[in-house]
Amino acid sequence: MIKDITIGQYFPGKSVLHRLDPRMKLLLTVLYIVMLFSASGFLGLAIGIVFLVFAFAISGIPIKMMVKGVRPILPVIIFTGILNLFFITTGNVIFSLGFLKITDDGLSTMIFMAVRIIFLICGTSLLTYTTSPIALTDAIERVLSPLRVFHFPAHEIAMMMTIALRFIPTLIEETDKIMSAQKARGADFETGSIINRAKALIPVLIPLFVSAFRRAEELALAMECRCYRGGEGRTRMKQLKMTYLDYIALAVTALFLVLIILANIFIPI
Amino acid sequence: MSIIKTEHLSYVYGEGTPFRKVALDDINLEIDEGELIGIIGHTGSGKSTLIQHFNGLLKATTGKVFIDGEELFADKSKLRGIRFKVGLVFQYPEYQLFEDTVYKDIAYGPKNMGLDENEIDRRVKEAMRLVGLKEELLQKSPFDLSGGQKRRVAIAGVMAMEPKVLILDEPTAGLDPHGRDRILGMIKEYHEEKKSTVMLVSHSMEDVANTVSKILVVNDAKIFMFDTPEKVFARVRELDSMGLTVPQITRVFDRLKESGIDFDDEVYSTGYAKKLVLRLLEEKKEK
Repeated sequence: MIKDITIGQYFPGKSVLHRLDPRMKLLLTVLYIVMLFSASGFLGLAIGIVFLVFAFAISGIPIKMMVKGVRPILPVIIFTGILNLFFITTGNVIFSLGFLKITDDGLSTMIFMAVRIIFLICGTSLLTYTTSPIALTDAIERVLSPLRVFHFPAHEIAMMMTIALRFIPTLIEETDKIMSAQKARGADFETGSIINRAKALIPVLIPLFVSAFRRAEELALAMECRCYRGGEGRTRMKQLKMTYLDYIALAVTALFLVLIILANIFIPI
Repeated sequence: MSIIKTEHLSYVYGEGTPFRKVALDDINLEIDEGELIGIIGHTGSGKSTLIQHFNGLLKATTGKVFIDGEELFADKSKLRGIRFKVGLVFQYPEYQLFEDTVYKDIAYGPKNMGLDENEIDRRVKEAMRLVGLKEELLQKSPFDLSGGQKRRVAIAGVMAMEPKVLILDEPTAGLDPHGRDRILGMIKEYHEEKKSTVMLVSHSMEDVANTVSKILVVNDAKIFMFDTPEKVFARVRELDSMGLTVPQITRVFDRLKESGIDFDDEVYSTGYAKKLVLRLLEEKKEK
């Protein structure tokens, strides 16, 4: 059933990582990305990887989940890998076929880039594994709110994201229901050419759109009835608060970042 | 021969996940052709899951389902044919309307069956008559109709497939008492005219008490009872404890019995209650 698909990738838990302030987690993720990109050699990269494995270990999320997020971007990794492999012509040639030349520089750059992208994805998915989408939206709102000075609608964007997230399961359930109903009337989604299958979806999409609009209208009305007028002057029920845990996490991350910079300077491999 | 038969039918949601839930547990059931059956159960009792097994929308985790003697899922290519034999009207069916005219929407099912234009035309008009809508509405957009009309168009869309079994999941949900009576009356007329098997799912006893010939009570993923309304309503207390709403009149007579007035029968319709009271008064006068 479609309903069984998990939305977002949140893994409920009570680990230290789960309990960190989402704003801090956002910042730490940015720092982690900085770490990976500031590493100029394999040693620096290795330190970054150690940091991530360490973070995964305390999050209590199964290590196999770490790799799971990589699969969809595999084509991108392969593509950049091939580009690096064939277009870097410095260094010693180790293999050549006609105009194609593979050098040791090319090979090491390919591996370096691939590893960097893979761990970039792993690290960012750790954020979504340990932070519920709602907490994440909250954090984004708070982080973006200083931009209000430039008339940036931080609250509105966060509210839109929250509503979208809230309605994903509802719409999935609805799709499921409408599909069943049309199947009961003999709709056939599984066989036939691609065009026929796309056509078969019309009886699902139209009612789905109609109901999405109806829901949107009802929600807008309900919000208005409760005097919703946007972000100005709004207080929140759940206040985000930094605790000593957040500062420890920040310190640890900063330490790793410094280690990488030191590695870059003193042991450049 | 029974038109629907299940053998040790069980269904489990989310097997192997923390959300595992047994929705149906060892259901053995035989439904004869031409019956009008009410399926009753509390929300989440498994009644909606059960009916989705009858036309192959859900596949039993274990056990078998036979429709008209044929085992479901024995041959997957026959599944679509089964869906034309067992018409299923979902809850709030008006939300599945999609065509630009009422005619086209009702014709969707028959068209999927591969019928020719003349036959489709006959069936659409027949279905409109069965649900009590005027033919002028056929060229209107279904989105311009009133709520009650929309629901009837959606029901007509399934009736037009002329299924051997018609199953309706909460056809009266969200309707006012007047709309409810009209839909129930329409279903009863359909059953009398077509002599086909009809199943009516509801959580309200009141709905089915005066309509159906047999009641299937589903509770907690199991069949609690499958019997005539009299026998089912004889167990008012148990039904009550399941959170099912017993018809008010049955409740009144249950209290009267408690206070010492003796009745032989179970009362579940006001018509019958009136007769009974009048008879009792007669008897008293004679004494």
